[in-house]
Amino acid sequence: MTNVFKPFCKTVVALAIASSLVGCSSLGVQPWEKDQFARKDMALNSEKLDLSLDDHIYFSKEGTSGGRSLAGGGCGCN
Amino acid sequence: MQLTSKQSIASALAIASCSLIGQANAVETVPANDDWKVDAAIMYYGEQERVQAVEAIGNVQKAFGDTSLLDMKVVVDSLTGSSASGAVAQGESQTFTRPSGKGEYTVGAGDTPLDDTFHDTRVQLSANWQEVFNQDWTGNVGVYGSNEFDYLSMGLNAGLERSFNKNNTTLALSGAFTQDVVDPVGGRPVAFSEMVYRANYNSDAEYQAAFDQTRLSGDDTKQTSDVMLGVTQILNRNWLMQANYGLSSVSGYMNDPYKILSEVDSNGITQGYRYENRPDSRLKHSVYVMTKGALDSGVVDFSYRYSTDDWDITSHTLETHYRYYFSPSFYGQLHLRYYQQQAAEFYQPFLMAGDTLPDYASADYRIGDMTAYTIGLKFGQRLSGGHEMTYRLEYYQQNPENNGTDIPGQLQNYDLFPSVKAIVAQVSYSF
Repeated sequence: MTNVFKPFCKTVVALAIASSLVGCSSLGVQPWEKDQFARKDMALNSEKLDLSLDDHIYFSKEGTSGGRSLAGGGCGCN
Repeated sequence: MQLTSKQSIASALAIASCSLIGQANAVETVPANDDWKVDAAIMYYGEQERVQAVEAIGNVQKAFGDTSLLDMKVVVDSLTGSSASGAVAQGESQTFTRPSGKGEYTVGAGDTPLDDTFHDTRVQLSANWQEVFNQDWTGNVGVYGSNEFDYLSMGLNAGLERSFNKNNTTLALSGAFTQDVVDPVGGRPVAFSEMVYRANYNSDAEYQAAFDQTRLSGDDTKQTSDVMLGVTQILNRNWLMQANYGLSSVSGYMNDPYKILSEVDSNGITQGYRYENRPDSRLKHSVYVMTKGALDSGVVDFSYRYSTDDWDITSHTLETHYRYYFSPSFYGQLHLRYYQQQAAEFYQPFLMAGDTLPDYASADYRIGDMTAYTIGLKFGQRLSGGHEMTYRLEYYQQNPENNGTDIPGQLQNYDLFPSVKAIVAQVSYSF
């Protein structure tokens, strides 16, 4: 990449970061509009036992694990 | 989980909003954090002709005021049945020495060799403390321990969350360290050592001496360090999204001490069996994105996970849960999952007799090429007093595939990559 383009690229990157931050800050709702997120079934861990049991099955039977939460160590699974 | 720390505020707001707009039916709010909460489940996992497991799990949560939450979990599982040893099917029956060195088992002609030795019970305990420091910061620390006959795992974890943007955005950083101790039945096999048979020796003492030559004394350890960076963003009144990046570094003993490889000649006829050998370090990356939406009569989520590591295992996972409320107190839920995995670079379904032994090799299908899918149904009944009973039934099928290995001679007559079919049945109760 030539030097001529470097300042241009920097500007583009800076603008992209700035616009994404502005974009993020414009996302979301007011506190009084969060009724749906107070629903029990909307909590990210609303089915934590199921998720925990599933994690254990897939951890034992597949070559990759984790992602949703920390994979950690585990078991001598067969 | 990033949103739970705001439960009490969210609950109050929700109750206020509900009373204002008269919203009812499927919407149940989170109870105030001043009570015990207990979740318990029992699950059966059964593979066709293979592993059968029963797992009981109990989780107790206790809030101390609005700022502190203690979460404790106990899991007990029991496992029996057969597991693929890694050896390939043959035209004649095959006899294998058990991992303990005591006794043998025989697999019929044409059958995939399954080791029926497994019988284990595991107990796992974990506890987590969550503290809301102020309206922006939340922290948590936890401990974990799991013990079974041949395996001990102990871990510590901690996390920090920061809320921004009127609590619409939450950044979370968490880490964990786990120390595992592996003490296999019969000892750890010497990498690539050949399986020995009692019948080839004149006395028990001679056989035992030969068997001991294939084993290392004492246990071994494995260390896992995990770091995860996540962001949860509320998108609008009904939808949120979560994105995580996870880095996991594992070092130490990662062989499966019970897995072997057949050593076959150019006609595909087995000449012997060798114990597997895997690298002693592994660096894993994962990216996980999920979106969840509140619907008028239900809730839905979609997630995608990409995982890659320096063993060259990459995987793609697509998953969704869709819940529909038939009435305010009864729902049905569909669960679909698709998983696709690319084999580890050292995976091979067998060794070729006469070839130089590689540095690492494993015929464990779980690190081979594979696709898998899950289809599940769950029904939930909300009872009086905030109690809930759920029933879940799922079908899970793994379809291992050839990773491009040429299959010699008679091995072409057999299914070297058989499917594994399993049923998951679960009953849960919460109060």
